[in-house]
Amino acid sequence: MDAALNPPAGEPVEDIEIHLLLEALYRRYHYDFRHYARASIKRRLRQALSQMGFASLSALQDELLHDPAVLTRLLDYLTVQVSEMFRDPAYFRAIREKVVPHLRTYPSLKIWIAGCSGGEELYSFAILLHEERLLDRTLLYATDINPTALETAQKGIYALERVAAFTQNHQRSGGRTSLSEYYSGAYDRVVFDKKLRERVVFSDHSLVNDAVFAECQFVSCRNVMIYFDRPLQSRALGLFKDSLSRGGFLGLGSKETTRFSDHADAFTEFVREEKIYRRRDT
Amino acid sequence: MTVEAAQAVVIGTSAGAVQALSQILPRLPEAYPLPVLVVVHVPAAPSGLVALFDARCNIEVREPEDKEPIVPGTIYFAPPSYHMLVEEDGSIALSTDEPVLFSRPSIDVLFQSAADSFRDGLVGVVLTGANEDGAAGAAAVAAAGGTVLVEDPEHAYAAAMPRAASARCPSAQLLSLDAIADYLLHLGTT
Repeated sequence: MDAALNPPAGEPVEDIEIHLLLEALYRRYHYDFRHYARASIKRRLRQALSQMGFASLSALQDELLHDPAVLTRLLDYLTVQVSEMFRDPAYFRAIREKVVPHLRTYPSLKIWIAGCSGGEELYSFAILLHEERLLDRTLLYATDINPTALETAQKGIYALERVAAFTQNHQRSGGRTSLSEYYSGAYDRVVFDKKLRERVVFSDHSLVNDAVFAECQFVSCRNVMIYFDRPLQSRALGLFKDSLSRGGFLGLGSKETTRFSDHADAFTEFVREEKIYRRRDT
Repeated sequence: MTVEAAQAVVIGTSAGAVQALSQILPRLPEAYPLPVLVVVHVPAAPSGLVALFDARCNIEVREPEDKEPIVPGTIYFAPPSYHMLVEEDGSIALSTDEPVLFSRPSIDVLFQSAADSFRDGLVGVVLTGANEDGAAGAAAVAAAGGTVLVEDPEHAYAAAMPRAASARCPSAQLLSLDAIADYLLHLGTT
């Protein structure tokens, strides 16, 4: 009897619940967060728990298994990223000054925005390419696992209050035009010109499960892999390596690196301080 | 907590941070046996904190990259515009999740994840600051069995942050900056 009242200390309950919930999410809906960086997942699940009003992650899991509507809400906690247009303007300046001269040598270009979220990075690229007169010969792939985010990206509608920051970033990135040439305003929102997305393929693609789908000259994947654990980072970097043409470029977030992955040797630093890498030509 | 059990130190501060940290970090000796992770609220622009403290400290000072292993005797400043978290395997994870209490990096985010990983081996320190970030984090550190030190609000440059932390975490020890430095040095002497 006493033994039953004092079970040996095991794993913390929350850690068990997180493990089981992620397993349930994968087996029931094929969304695989099992190799996401655990500290951030834990934070987001705690947030989801308190805001969705469940008493425990086990209770959330129960609902999730039986009610697909819960999935949509949960995905928003697990995936949605708030970004900005021309975030880290120096990154775009480096692309303009150092990468574009190489891109010009190709008769046609494919550029992949991996983990495009609400599209801010995508429109930044489209505008930069338009300014550099490369957009007409470029096909852009914008991929994400979150259907709501993809829809937002496809619409290209943003809150007016965000545009001042976008404009400032665009100027700092070395923009040759005025950002206002690319959107029209209505009430408290702006809509980006549909010409910017004529050459864009929006698609559901997972860096966890899905394979190479094109040979690209540039892959930009910023602040997406910081949410992955090391094995998953390695998988994603392997995918990027295999998706790049010889000498193709890879852009990562300012605090991301290839050096803790299995593919550190597959890339050379091209613009070190902006985390722009180049596929080795071997 | 016994001194031997200490595995890491986390520090959070805002208004008045540079001066307060200047009374603590330069006193840590070469071969200090613990890692020190610091969140300072700074504007989004690149911060000069690393250069500033690297010049004054006996141990390495850096802004970590994502997945970097945490090593003892190193001071890690959270990069501007990123949350800094601790993974259970003892590496650093960064995130661009939305600001918490208008702050990114957030003290609460660091403290909570560090408490999850280091549990009773964590010492959390809340210094001068003008908002309430760090209060929930300090409570999380204490709940996991760690030790919480708070700069005495009576003498802090900005009292709001230490005051909020000590209110949310009654077990916190209120100390002067010098006493906090002494405490951290003592952790390094066994």
